[in-house]
Amino acid sequence: MNPPMKIAHTPYGSSAAAPPDARQDLLSVRNFQFFYGKKQALYDISMDIPEKRVTAFIGPSGCGKSTLLRNFNRMNELIDGVRTEGDILLQGHSIFSAEVEVIALRRAIGMVFQKSNPFPKSIYENVVYGLRISGRSSRAELDETVERSLRGAALWEEVKDRLHESALGLSGGQMQRLCIARAIANRPKVLLMDEPCSALDPIATAKVEELIHDLKNEFTIVIVTHNMQQATRCSDRTAFFYLGRLIEYDDTARIFSNPSQKQTEDYITGRFG
Amino acid sequence: MGAACDTTTHGGYPMNSGTAEPAIGDFLGGIHSKGTGFRSLINRILTVLCVGLSLLTLVPLFSIIFLVVKNGWPLLSWQTFVELPPAAGMVGGGFANAVVGTLVMVGLGLAISAPVGILAAIYINEYAPNARLSHAVRLVAKLLTGIPSIICGVFAFAVIVSTTGTFSAYAGAVALSVLMLPTILLTAEQALLSVQSSFREASYGLGATKFQTITRIVLPDALPAIMTGVMLAVARAAGETAPLIFTALFSQFWAQSLNEPTASLSVLIFNFSTVPFPHQIAMAWTASLVLVAFVTVANVLAQWVFSKKY
Amino acid sequence: MASPNESTLQVGRRLPDLFRILCWIAGAGVVLVLGWIIVEIAQSAWPAISKFGLEFLSNSAWVPNRERFGVFPFIIGTISSSAIAMLFAFPLGLAIAIFLSEDFLPLPVRQTVRFVVEMLAAIPSVVYGLWGIFVVIPIVKTIGDWTTERFGTVPIFEGPTYGNSLLTASLVLALMILPTLTAISRNALAAVPPALREGAYALGATRWEAILGVILPTAAPGVVAATILALGRAMGETMAVAMLIGNSSRPSWSIFAPSGTLAGLLANQFGEASGLQVNSLMYAALILVVITLGVNLVGEWVLRVTRRRTEGIR
Repeated sequence: MNPPMKIAHTPYGSSAAAPPDARQDLLSVRNFQFFYGKKQALYDISMDIPEKRVTAFIGPSGCGKSTLLRNFNRMNELIDGVRTEGDILLQGHSIFSAEVEVIALRRAIGMVFQKSNPFPKSIYENVVYGLRISGRSSRAELDETVERSLRGAALWEEVKDRLHESALGLSGGQMQRLCIARAIANRPKVLLMDEPCSALDPIATAKVEELIHDLKNEFTIVIVTHNMQQATRCSDRTAFFYLGRLIEYDDTARIFSNPSQKQTEDYITGRFG
Repeated sequence: MGAACDTTTHGGYPMNSGTAEPAIGDFLGGIHSKGTGFRSLINRILTVLCVGLSLLTLVPLFSIIFLVVKNGWPLLSWQTFVELPPAAGMVGGGFANAVVGTLVMVGLGLAISAPVGILAAIYINEYAPNARLSHAVRLVAKLLTGIPSIICGVFAFAVIVSTTGTFSAYAGAVALSVLMLPTILLTAEQALLSVQSSFREASYGLGATKFQTITRIVLPDALPAIMTGVMLAVARAAGETAPLIFTALFSQFWAQSLNEPTASLSVLIFNFSTVPFPHQIAMAWTASLVLVAFVTVANVLAQWVFSKKY
Repeated sequence: MASPNESTLQVGRRLPDLFRILCWIAGAGVVLVLGWIIVEIAQSAWPAISKFGLEFLSNSAWVPNRERFGVFPFIIGTISSSAIAMLFAFPLGLAIAIFLSEDFLPLPVRQTVRFVVEMLAAIPSVVYGLWGIFVVIPIVKTIGDWTTERFGTVPIFEGPTYGNSLLTASLVLALMILPTLTAISRNALAAVPPALREGAYALGATRWEAILGVILPTAAPGVVAATILALGRAMGETMAVAMLIGNSSRPSWSIFAPSGTLAGLLANQFGEASGLQVNSLMYAALILVVITLGVNLVGEWVLRVTRRRTEGIR
């Protein structure tokens, strides 16, 4: 098996940044099943996502990793005819309970998509969108948020002089970092990333991966990736999915060096996928 | 092949015994024979016919534009836009009341049809694209585009003129709004459809409600295309006569209120073109010039707005 | 960033989406408008319907003073003016559609023709009428005099020639429906997959053999839809026809004689009608609505079937 590529200064699987009172079950999945109409896509998933770490979901196409991710912020509800059983808890509270406002949930659990999708507005307006829709519009707060978020996304230096220009004039990698800035402007508890680098070139990818290392000081990150090297570079825990089932979930170091399930080993060594 | 050539069969296919290898020309279906010569002659004739007929259409349009400009230009002056029409047989004056009347009634009609059309398009595209009501709206909108414009006038007559007892600008505006509604609705629907769905997804992902997503992201992005539809509808409505001839009727004077007969450019042209007074006929041409110019500008503007975005 | 759980997942009241309700009302309103139009007209027409029944359609007399109303000549006039217009417009429109989808002449020429056709669509009906009075009527008079002299024994060419005649109106009508016909036919031709065209050329077909043998037949349903929809527009066209057709209620076979259409009837008489005449005009309007709606429904249906077919080929 190829040794994992190291790219950032932090060795993989490092938990040096996690604070002592971090919960192990910030996001908790309990016997979760998911159906598109009659077709079942997720079978009896149970797992705990730890706080302020990076958790990676890996697996071949169609294994359900993105589907599970999109259930965390209930984005799948935008599709007709979907059904769930079981539960997902955020800080111990079910996200499906009737008291929960979906829009508040989505502010607490942010998402970065595979293909970057900045709005056809200025960079500034993109970042503050989340604040504007929750009614906060004081100029001071918006300005502060813009700087904080763009710094957090390692984009501030590159765009600080053109905040009011169109976001569509940025490069692909910059656009994705803008989407990250936009997502973290809401100060979410969890940041979901659905194959964030798959549309980026290697240099832009490297920048985003470095960013993830910094972000996990403040946010809990769940990243779906089809790139195993990326999982080894960036994540602390890794979950392997296959055909809608959770096959193995463990510390990244152990999964990639000594997996306990044969299917995991087959996937990691490239026998299928 | 060569030496193994068999005169009775040639690669398995029977040949006339005693003949040599066929010439290349015959293989290709006889390009040197009379057959293809005829075919390419027909081809040429049809091409000439097709091109000729197509260029023929340039003739009537040039004729119309030429005459409208030639006959309408002489009377065009600032007076036209300031003064009222002269009495029958007299000279001088303008048709300011008709210009204002057209603008007012088209504007009022737009005030009714634009909100209804755009909101309905939002419903069928953003809220419930597959609902039965949405399918019905799409079909009805297409059918409404096919309704003769005079029926819009008949409808407004029955609903407004009969009940209020008078011809009015209101009735004219209602007739025009029925005319404009399907165009605005259908172009607005197309405009909304062409907004990238990834924008909506990003907006929901950041915790926006549907209303916020529609008003902050979708509508602004679709606005140029919606404006195009509105301008096209306005261009059409400004030129229509049939909806107005028995709803707003006509007037030689300034309207004192919206509830009385109101002049319009199109009805003026209709009325003045069939009287035997040369000055009135000349005014009809001038009004045509103004109307055609307005309609052309509106159409060109609409195309320009559309192309800037896409 | 410690925060109590309650503020993370806010408990909020679910307000009904008022905007959605507003949009729904707009959508329902659109559907209602069509129904309302038909109901209003039918209601106003009722006294005439109950008095004349279906005889209204076969009766030829239109005498307001004696309260005798029949629209047969106008139905005939509507159909014949549309048919003659289509006779001229179809070959012209098809030729233009083919011209615009092939490259017989360079792009600037094609763009000019396309622009011209769009301009033709933008010109108001009443301007067509005005132009027709001063340009088409003299032409038709000349042609008519020439034709009635030589072929006057044939009913449709019978003299005398009137300027305001069926032919005049039909010619201008042909110009007016040309843009519709061209646009939809062009879409139909463009929707033919390039693979079919290449296949025809690869078999050695000349340009026109490919067009007439393969492309047109494939696009035929779309062209049929274009024809039907253009026909619908022709039947409803009012102003230019009213200004040029003569508005006669006496039926005649000749194309050089005045005629009348349903739309023209409404345009001319509505302003000053009263009593039963209004009801009868409403009855005529109802017939016009039914005819045009029917034709448009058929045209839309053909178009829908066509789209499914070409999408299947891909």
